[in-house]
Amino acid sequence: MTALDVGKAAGLLLLGVLVQVSILEWIEVGEGRPDAVLVLVVALSLLRGPTFGAVAGFGAGLVLDIAIFEPLGLTSLLLTLAGYWSGRFGEVTTRSSAHPPLIAVALATVGVAFGSAILHFMLGLTIPASEFFLGVLLPTLALNMLLAYPLYGLCRRVLPPERRARREVSPAV
Amino acid sequence: MLDTPVRHREGPNSRTGRAFRARLVAAVLVLLSLGLVTVYFRESSDGGLHTAQRIGVSVLMPFEVAGERVARPFRDAWGYTSDLLGAKSDNEDLREENEALRRQVIQDQTAARENDRLRELLGYVSGPEFPEGYHPVATQVVVRPPSPFRQEVVVAAGRSDGIRVDDPVVTDEGLVGIVTEVAPGGAKVRLITDQEVAVSAVVLSSNAAGMVTHGATANSLILDRVGKDALVNEKDLVVTAGWRTSNFESSYPRGIAIGTVKSVGQTDVDLYKRIQITPLVDFDSLSSVIVLTGDPDRERAGGATPPAKQKPKKRP
Repeated sequence: MTALDVGKAAGLLLLGVLVQVSILEWIEVGEGRPDAVLVLVVALSLLRGPTFGAVAGFGAGLVLDIAIFEPLGLTSLLLTLAGYWSGRFGEVTTRSSAHPPLIAVALATVGVAFGSAILHFMLGLTIPASEFFLGVLLPTLALNMLLAYPLYGLCRRVLPPERRARREVSPAV
Repeated sequence: MLDTPVRHREGPNSRTGRAFRARLVAAVLVLLSLGLVTVYFRESSDGGLHTAQRIGVSVLMPFEVAGERVARPFRDAWGYTSDLLGAKSDNEDLREENEALRRQVIQDQTAARENDRLRELLGYVSGPEFPEGYHPVATQVVVRPPSPFRQEVVVAAGRSDGIRVDDPVVTDEGLVGIVTEVAPGGAKVRLITDQEVAVSAVVLSSNAAGMVTHGATANSLILDRVGKDALVNEKDLVVTAGWRTSNFESSYPRGIAIGTVKSVGQTDVDLYKRIQITPLVDFDSLSSVIVLTGDPDRERAGGATPPAKQKPKKRP
């Protein structure tokens, strides 16, 4: 991880936040909207590991909270966890795994949606379960998965994968 | 797909150390986020984090406005496609509404003439009514927060335009919401469809009073606290009540349209009627709004208004 990597990632995330608030927030299917910032955080975490992912998630969440006037720390919390977890997922995923970005984005979307629901429930804000699952979660999941490969490809081009160590695996005999 | 060719082996100690560091960083950032949330909710609106956020909003606002301008054609194209799908069913509804409005215009003209005559005869002096005393600030909606739990938008005008917390927000169609946060270059508007907003309202035809709150779905409203004996019919217009007592007053001016009654029901066990309202404002395609600034009552009271749904008014 170099300073150049950090700069590139910061630029990508800032651009992602601007695209998110100016374009993607207006694209609504049901009650769900695509979350480019989450997909970017997941993609960066897969490419650079959990530490980078957690920091990227925290930073992106903080900028997003400021941009949309949300309580500071709310989105940071969710994206930090999403970034860390995606980084871990990337570390344990091998080359033979099928579609890691797609799986990571899907799981992160579900995790962030549930996390957001729990946090908002603690703040006294609720929506009906049917609306949450059918109106919010499913459309958001579909839209994020549509974004997964293009944004992962973009991140991979800007931040090429680092050389990674082979994990020692003892043969199961 | 993720892995690249292997060039060296890594020892277990190094891996453990790296994993520990990652966990430590994540834990610190999670705690930091929790700390930020806690402080944000505990501090007043003049606190450090709120101030930092306002500065941040001011810094980001030019980028957001520029992004909004660039994105507008794409958004319009998306909106056009979405609207096209619902246009056929809307057409029939609009024809019926047009007919009803034509009848309404005739009734209104008759009422206006009668009103003029009464004013002349009785020397009737009307009280302060909307929009008297208010200054409109037209602005565009630049951000819609992503959470389905909050119904809020951010507009591109703020304190420097004279906007203050608790200023009502409208469009030419009706009531939109209320200002809850203000930065120099932007303001957050909580929509009337939000869970934490309640608006005192009356049914125009019968004067039945109640409280408009959010409905079961994101863009629906209900009129609550209307007694069973009140006369309410479908398609009745619901407007803001704009009530006031000696110490309190509604944050919203009187007579702003909110929506039309969609359905009315009641059961033996309910204390009140169950009234669903269709909002007049299309919150999904909200692109520009008018903020009503310079509340004349607040001006007289010295501008002190806490951010409550129904604000206390200090009168001499």
